Amino acid sequence: MAKIGVDAGLLSDAVIGSSRDNRSTMWNFIVRNVAQRLILLVIVSFVAHSFIHLAPGEPSEVDPMNPRMKPEDIAKIRAAFHLDEPLYVQYAYWIRDLATGELKSFKDSQPVLPKIWDRFLNSLPLFILATILVWTWAFPTGIYGAVFRGGMYDRGTVLLSYALISVPGFFLSYLAILWVVGWFGVPVISIKTFGMEHAELPYKIMDRVWHLVIPSIMAAIGGIAILSRYVRSQMLEVLGQDYVRTARAKGLTEDAVIYGHALGNALLPFVTMFGLLLPGLIGGSVIFEQIFAWPGLGRLGYEAILSRDFPIIMTLNFIAAVLTLLGTLISDILYAVVDPRIRLH
Amino acid sequence: MPESTTSLLQVTGLKKYFPVRSGLFSRVSAWVKAVDDVSFHLGQGETLGLVGESGCGKTTVGRSLLRLMEPTAGSVTFEGKNVLTLSAKELRQTRRRMQIIFQDPYSSLNPRMTIGSIVSEPLKIHQIAKGQDLQDRVNQLFIRVGLRPEHQSRYPHEFSGGQRQRVGIARALALNPKFIVCDEAVSALDVSIQAQILNLLRDLQKEFHLSYLFITHDLNVVQYLADRIAVMYVGKFAEVAPAEDLFASPKHPYTQALLSANPVPDPTAPPKRIILPGDVPSPLHPPAGCRFHPRCPEVMDVCKTVEPKLTQIGPPEKGHQVWCHLYP
Repeated sequence: MAKIGVDAGLLSDAVIGSSRDNRSTMWNFIVRNVAQRLILLVIVSFVAHSFIHLAPGEPSEVDPMNPRMKPEDIAKIRAAFHLDEPLYVQYAYWIRDLATGELKSFKDSQPVLPKIWDRFLNSLPLFILATILVWTWAFPTGIYGAVFRGGMYDRGTVLLSYALISVPGFFLSYLAILWVVGWFGVPVISIKTFGMEHAELPYKIMDRVWHLVIPSIMAAIGGIAILSRYVRSQMLEVLGQDYVRTARAKGLTEDAVIYGHALGNALLPFVTMFGLLLPGLIGGSVIFEQIFAWPGLGRLGYEAILSRDFPIIMTLNFIAAVLTLLGTLISDILYAVVDPRIRLH
Repeated sequence: MPESTTSLLQVTGLKKYFPVRSGLFSRVSAWVKAVDDVSFHLGQGETLGLVGESGCGKTTVGRSLLRLMEPTAGSVTFEGKNVLTLSAKELRQTRRRMQIIFQDPYSSLNPRMTIGSIVSEPLKIHQIAKGQDLQDRVNQLFIRVGLRPEHQSRYPHEFSGGQRQRVGIARALALNPKFIVCDEAVSALDVSIQAQILNLLRDLQKEFHLSYLFITHDLNVVQYLADRIAVMYVGKFAEVAPAEDLFASPKHPYTQALLSANPVPDPTAPPKRIILPGDVPSPLHPPAGCRFHPRCPEVMDVCKTVEPKLTQIGPPEKGHQVWCHLYP
């Protein structure tokens, strides 16, 4: 290569740094998007508020057969919950109470936010473990299947994931409960065994772990099956790209081609999914919390809907909206960080 | 003309068949004979143009030589070694000496790598240079192919097609190869840019004494660049000849038809286009005998059953070869 002539004039040109510009673009983007999303949040919450009130049934009618509910009691309840006021006034009450922390459940008059926080702490381990299981299993499964496409492993996992996608999660969960309880005597229902409060610490911990493992696996199975299919097809697409062939032509080892050039590009779309995980905190495991009698957020929402507990429904809905908007913002930013072709405007 | 005719590359009996699978157990029900028994040689500093219609197997030839596809049979002797029997490790070493420039400059560059790292990666993985030395080499390569070295931290999407193809050329040149397959290297570019890139390739050839296998469907491009030209039809060679000879006196009826379809920049020239009837046959079911016989204007009975053998036109050292029953 010594024959190449060097043009010193061109070389001395400084590389133009633009990192500061990028950073300020990033801040502009975030500020503008947060503002937009705040407006959207108000609209979403107002629409949700209207929908909830449009739905048939209200707190005073949850128990209509109760002989002690006289018409004047119903009128009293309606007045106490401002249910006779126009919708926008009720909305204003809800906003005011939420902002001051005075918001109380219709059902038991407990403050809504601490109640949600307690349930959130219960849901969190389930959510985290299930998410970790999904992401640590789906990616290797899908990538390996794509790299060794058509092999025994690939065909096996494809068949298995279709089977797991097709079988409803609740059905598998009941089978799992029958199995682990019947064969191993492992406790799985609820978050811990009743009466374990005074056991020694290792027993308490193991009890919690056992209660956590089965619901997490059950909640994760469907996700693993679906996500691994996505990863596999994404990886297959990227492995067929021209630049992967270029990488081979450079004389890279097959590992460097697959993990250095293909994998990064194949993972791009999943960065977006990462932000969208957040709303799953609320609604991700309603079914599984119900099956396993897990006192989490999903179950709280389900019960609140049955008893028309408007403040809880509204607040959970509001939090879900916040998490969704936050998740999409995080996704946008992450995308711009990992994909040089995407620019934030 | 080639400055020296010492053979750099010798290809013998190259075949690439693709299996067609069907049925419940994906049994191989047929073979697509994309390349069927192709032999040629390439001297040092020489350019062999490989022309033919879409789907005739030219790209498959190019990729098989570098084992970006595994050929079904044949031998590819490059610098005295058979490339097809090399181990994976030896093959990676050989990739330093033989490189490829791809057709599509948009999709053949990794979108998540800066063009600097695209060009420097081969130097790094083959442990040819590092640190300041690596930087200097990459800068030189950029300058040599007409890119600004200070653009190294940019990404492929920030460049035009011609600039990207220059990145592809710099990348191919980085390892100081002897032989480069140019697989439709200019066909994705505007005509004005094509000329720039072709000139660049020609200059680089002189400077580094490179050999090119120039795969294209554009006859003007090969006329400009190639010393010899091979005409391919449905997986086989029809004619190989020095460029002037081929354009002056094409022997094979297919070559004649192909050349007649090439527009001449002279509006007063009489139209003399030879229209071939029918379509290009599928390589899945190539015609018996000469593959060109169903469309050949000069078809004879023998063409329908007997495959034509190689015939030398003129003295063998001239290297004008044709596979046609018209020249017994």
